[in-house]
Amino acid sequence: MATSITDHFLVPKHYLLPKEQAEKLLEERGISAEQLPRIQKNDPAIKEFKPLKGDIVKIVRNSPTAGQSIYYRRVV
Amino acid sequence: MLMKKIHSVEFQIISPAMIRKMSALEIKTPDTYDKDGYPMEGGLMDPHLGVINPGLRCKTCGQKMKQCPGHFGSLELVRPVVHSEFSRRIEMLMHATCEECGRIVLPEEDLEKLRRDVEAQPKHTEIIAKKIVAKAKKITKCPHCKAIKGKLLLDKPTNFFMEKERIYPTQIREWIEKIPEQDLMLFGYNPERIKPEWFILTVVPVPPITLRPSITLESGIKSEDDLTHKLVDIIRINIRLKDNIDAGAPQLIIEDLWDLLQYHITTYFDNNTAGVPPAKHRSGRALRTLVQRLKGKKGRFRHNLTGKRVNFAARSTVTPDPFLEISEIGVPETIAKELTVPEIVTSWNKKKIEKLVKDKDKAVYLIRPDETRKKIDETNKKEVLEELDIGYKVERRLRNGDIVLFNRQPSLHRLSMLAHKVRVMPGKTLRINPIVCKPYNADFDGDEMNIHVPQTEEGKTEAKELMYVRDQVISPRYGGPVIILDEDGVSGLYVLTMKSTEFTPEEAMQYFYEIGITNIPKPDRGKNYSGKIIFSQTLPKDLDLEYQTKTCRVLKKTGLCKNCVKEKCEHDAYLKIERGKLKCGVIDAASLGEGSGKIIDALAREYPSEVIEKFYFDTMRLITDILTKRGMTVGLDEYEVSDKIKEKKKKIVEEVMEEGKKLVEKFSRGTLKHIPGRNLEESFEIEMMRLAAKSKEKLEREIMKEKLGPVLSKNPELNTMVMILSGSRGSSINLMNIAGFWGQASVREGRPRRGFSDRLISLNKRSDFGVDAGGFISKNFLEGMNAKEYFYHSMGGRQGEVDTGVSTKVSGYLYRRLANSLKDLMVNHDGTVRTADKNVVQYKYGEDGVFPMKTVQGKSVDIEEEFRLFKKKK
Repeated sequence: MATSITDHFLVPKHYLLPKEQAEKLLEERGISAEQLPRIQKNDPAIKEFKPLKGDIVKIVRNSPTAGQSIYYRRVV
Repeated sequence: MLMKKIHSVEFQIISPAMIRKMSALEIKTPDTYDKDGYPMEGGLMDPHLGVINPGLRCKTCGQKMKQCPGHFGSLELVRPVVHSEFSRRIEMLMHATCEECGRIVLPEEDLEKLRRDVEAQPKHTEIIAKKIVAKAKKITKCPHCKAIKGKLLLDKPTNFFMEKERIYPTQIREWIEKIPEQDLMLFGYNPERIKPEWFILTVVPVPPITLRPSITLESGIKSEDDLTHKLVDIIRINIRLKDNIDAGAPQLIIEDLWDLLQYHITTYFDNNTAGVPPAKHRSGRALRTLVQRLKGKKGRFRHNLTGKRVNFAARSTVTPDPFLEISEIGVPETIAKELTVPEIVTSWNKKKIEKLVKDKDKAVYLIRPDETRKKIDETNKKEVLEELDIGYKVERRLRNGDIVLFNRQPSLHRLSMLAHKVRVMPGKTLRINPIVCKPYNADFDGDEMNIHVPQTEEGKTEAKELMYVRDQVISPRYGGPVIILDEDGVSGLYVLTMKSTEFTPEEAMQYFYEIGITNIPKPDRGKNYSGKIIFSQTLPKDLDLEYQTKTCRVLKKTGLCKNCVKEKCEHDAYLKIERGKLKCGVIDAASLGEGSGKIIDALAREYPSEVIEKFYFDTMRLITDILTKRGMTVGLDEYEVSDKIKEKKKKIVEEVMEEGKKLVEKFSRGTLKHIPGRNLEESFEIEMMRLAAKSKEKLEREIMKEKLGPVLSKNPELNTMVMILSGSRGSSINLMNIAGFWGQASVREGRPRRGFSDRLISLNKRSDFGVDAGGFISKNFLEGMNAKEYFYHSMGGRQGEVDTGVSTKVSGYLYRRLANSLKDLMVNHDGTVRTADKNVVQYKYGEDGVFPMKTVQGKSVDIEEEFRLFKKKK
């Protein structure tokens, strides 16, 4: 492909969270994996990572009020 | 309380066997009552179906009216009919299966694969079933029994045809009975619970009388429920069909009656079935049958289950009373007498409550710890007082100081329902301080509003802490004031704080008295008091503010003021408050207005909420007094302009015509310069609009200059110009429309285009795109328009009218959908926003965890203010 949409400035940065970090995150926040917001496995923003079902994606978004905000989504 | 969680709900279809089993009575006759008015045995009103007369006992369960739940009856159909709500499913089954052997017309290996799919994804049976049907439709020969499969057609809602030949419900029933269980599983049916042949009705349940009570009218005539009417129709046809079959009538007549029975049963379920004429009442009104009872806004769900009526509420017209506090509500005595509040008797308040009971007309009911009630009246007061003890409750009438909720529909935002403090007063209307009109969007042209009385301590406290009017001055939407003085309020304070306003000591004392000032300040204008010093008395003693007023903004826009000299402003347009004293500047919309009123913002934010309440209370008194004494009047002569302006207007209009002509010529020659991204025609239209707008602006400034002059003089007249200058109502645009000219009429952001062929109205020449023929109005409201201009103006006016109509409708529905989808989102203790089943929506409320009501104009930190405070400390 000529360009990747992940390079576009309007697409927030997506990262694949390593297993240990993901587990730690869920435990610290007292959230079960099912309660996380979902993201499709073939979502263009994360397709490059070749994510597996159940992986957790970390999204860093620019926000006019909060500066940066961090969001987590579970791959389905 | 024992809480249990519903694990799952399973829906299934009631079987004929079940209908017969739960039937208390088989209905045999279509008659309801005999000639003496007694219910017929075996009729639709048979007392075996439940009781509706108090005192009578049910013939089935032996209980009285309140206890007997009602009992179903049943009706055996002579010939089966299709249940119209299931005809689509019947169609699916028939498309996919073989008429001869009942198997799905797909090869065995395909079925094997599908069986595995169903097992793996039991939730997706709906999709799988659709796929099966799509595949099977194409097959013309059954792979199992080699029978030829004909073409099936469903004439909605209930008539089936096989190769153009009608097939009747009996045949359909025989067909789908044949489908083996293993094939049924593939359609998502659990063969243990659902048999598809039940989609064909052989017996109909007859609902209990309690579901369709008959009404006795005042004239003594009994009127039956719509459902009963429909059931009577069904029974009649059923009997006629039976008689005809028994008599050996020709097939044609039997089929006709059969279809009629089908029609009645279809409309009995849903009287709005597509393709079926709705069954009518004798009067011509369509009957309200089963589906109609449940569906839509007036249906059981939205009308009775989600929207219940409540007790402890009252409704009346609202009228204004500026002498109430903003948090108060004037409740008429008649309403206060009806509404009650329970008071729990404790060792601390026992004496008080005893007094309440003793007093006349204060306590209404005594509630014992076992919830039994006793009415308190003059005759039994002694007994009540003797019985009264700790743990009892006494229901007393509404009185001053009680907290009630006050609401105006449509409840579009949280400020549509606020908590008020009751003040019982004579009269028949609910009264509010006109300042709180804004959040409710109320006016006094006949608006009605509702009050609700919280019944528990929790309820009262919650209302007071979360919804009390004076705590809601700052909007939770944009972090600026919403409960504000407007219109007369702003004008009043403007007049009060004008440079020229002066009061004699006598007049001033009156004001000081009204707002409760005992520490009288010294006169600041010789012997007299200025309005500014009187206004200052309503401010807290440590308030410091400094900013440019609305007046300043208006003057700058018109070009009457260029360089700001701050405190020395000759128009008194620079405002400074030092230690609670108004040093200079007038109070106008910049101090009081919505969203950005500086004084209101400061008072509501920096001080306890009592301060803003007191400020409004005091200023309201000053305003009402000064406006009644000084008066504020508008008259037509205010809009008369000088000859100089008239001359200018003539010149400007001529200029527009001239320029317009040039543009038209350029356009028709094609030499007009394009606007980027637009074609020639669009560019031309835009240029024409711009031309009109520019000319309007030019004259607008001239008129404003001329008209604002006198207001800045020593002793201005109080009129429209004061209103514009203070920002209380109206703007230069309104002035321009009255005294200048209207300008270009616009429809959908452009010149009006629709009309006759090649012209807007028949007063123009064809293919004239000029200024005059394109909707330009060179007259104003004062002089009046000519015929052409009147029509142009109406074109624009029509659009405005349509827009308001459409946008309220559309936004109302959008709001309903939005509110329904968001209503159970909640901010949890860990700061996350979650749905009712605790799925995360946001990890932090609004990404930043900031509550907009506590922000400054939507920003969580007001850097400038912090900096100012920091400097001050140094």
